[in-house]
Amino acid sequence: MATKKTAVKMTAMDKVKLARDPKRPHLLDFLKYAASDFEELHGDRLVSDDRGLIAGFATIGTAKCLVLGHHKGATVEENLEANFGMANPDGYRKAMRLAKLAEKFHLPIVTFVDTPGAYPGDTAEARGQAEAIAKSLEFFSLLKTPVVVVVTGEGGSGGALAIAVGDRILMLENAVYSVISPEGCAGILWRDGAKAPEAAEALRITARDLKNLGVIDEIVPEPEGGAQKNHKAAALAVKKAVLAAIRELEKIPVDKLVSARYAKFRAMGNFY
Amino acid sequence: MAWFKKSETPAKIPPTKALWQVCPRCGSYIPKDEWKKNNAICLTCNYHGRLGARQRIAQLADDGSFAEVFREVSYSDHLDFHDASGSYKTKIDAVIAKSGEKESVVMGTAEMGGIPVMLGVMDFAFMGGSLGTGTGERIARACEQAIAENRPLVLCSASGGARMHEGILSLMQMAKTSAAVGRLKEAGLPYISVLTDPTTGGVSASFAMLGDLNITEPKALIGFAGRRVIENTIHQKLPPDFQSAEYLKTHGFIDKIVERKNLKPFIVKMLHYFGF
Ligand SMILES: [Zn+2]
Repeated sequence: MATKKTAVKMTAMDKVKLARDPKRPHLLDFLKYAASDFEELHGDRLVSDDRGLIAGFATIGTAKCLVLGHHKGATVEENLEANFGMANPDGYRKAMRLAKLAEKFHLPIVTFVDTPGAYPGDTAEARGQAEAIAKSLEFFSLLKTPVVVVVTGEGGSGGALAIAVGDRILMLENAVYSVISPEGCAGILWRDGAKAPEAAEALRITARDLKNLGVIDEIVPEPEGGAQKNHKAAALAVKKAVLAAIRELEKIPVDKLVSARYAKFRAMGNFY
Repeated sequence: MAWFKKSETPAKIPPTKALWQVCPRCGSYIPKDEWKKNNAICLTCNYHGRLGARQRIAQLADDGSFAEVFREVSYSDHLDFHDASGSYKTKIDAVIAKSGEKESVVMGTAEMGGIPVMLGVMDFAFMGGSLGTGTGERIARACEQAIAENRPLVLCSASGGARMHEGILSLMQMAKTSAAVGRLKEAGLPYISVLTDPTTGGVSASFAMLGDLNITEPKALIGFAGRRVIENTIHQKLPPDFQSAEYLKTHGFIDKIVERKNLKPFIVKMLHYFGF
């Protein structure tokens, strides 16, 4: 009940702050409570093993699956190692490599989205950040295995979307998902970064907004006060929702699944 | 902006935008009529400047062959978006009234060297060529019609990226268009992507980079993140050629840099190789 009251009062910018809270559970925290096993696998077989995006096989309840997601830490050291969840092209290419492997062995894929955006660095540009994201969007739209997406924290633009093309899109109650950061948008359209709260409101970036816009399928409730207060409860809620989605998607013949996934994104922003 | 600063010191009579075109690459002042006569190409450095969608269509389609489609598809204001300068609706309606275009991409059936194609051209003058829901819808429909009618897709991009006034639905057009070109390619049809100046952000990170062939023109700007954002991230100045067509080609993301005058014959030749 208290949760509901605070949720109503929270502004979009409050949610942005919560979504970025370093104490919030990140991929490995979710897996700690939601998976009985996680075996990380490394590298894109081209250039490197990106640490901004990690992937591996996991057992969630009774489901064997591939998990991939942005990597953030709780401390500065951990975050430096994880590049603050900002993936390089190598990370997206690793994700595609392992997703292809999951497809080969008919394993469902669960992605965890939590990034400020794809890494905006010169080396990332040199190795084709744009191409890697573009390829990933095309790749996941054609992939012949179920894909469940969970937006757990910051859904930051193209770097988030690159691993968010799936059959079911879940979003935590206090997560945000946006085409641009409120600060970035305010800087351009308000010519004042301090107007970020206005921009956050205008952009419609909360789970409730996205549900209304038809961009996500389901809001996963967070424990009282937010996921940062109780990692375990948050992880178990995610586990429950993910398992239900996997069970539902596994029943659908794979060709129908891929057609439905196309239709899902095809209809976004469609008003005819 | 950079060129403007440069111009303040040397020029005695400040050249006005009305009379002079200032090359954004080398800073040369070129009389506007000469710039037009030379097809928006810099005589000093060979930078291939921006063309309007209709201009480029005229240069690529066989005479009289272009038939526009999906003109009824325009923007949508799902968010009822307002910013400091007012409403998105007011802003874009003014752009529509002034330009006569209803979206940032013009799409049609056409022939190129006698080959029936789907031809799409983005216009940077329309909201910075931004990717709105209407833009995405036109591109997705074009892919579907190309599949139905067995036409290659030739798509020229020019865009600053997603249209933030349409929020998350603009972002979703990256997925929608990428999925649509993916299907086209799976259907065995060629997709030739022409990345013209500038192609950045969400457009470079979706359909524009997914061509069976990615081709571009000399000195076009192509990249994901903005130069200033990157410089702030790495705390370093970037070299002038960073994110140029030539830089992209050197790093392996562009099949060929083609001069404007050769663009159509090159595309037609490639389509011949693909059996069309
Ligand atoms: Zn020049």
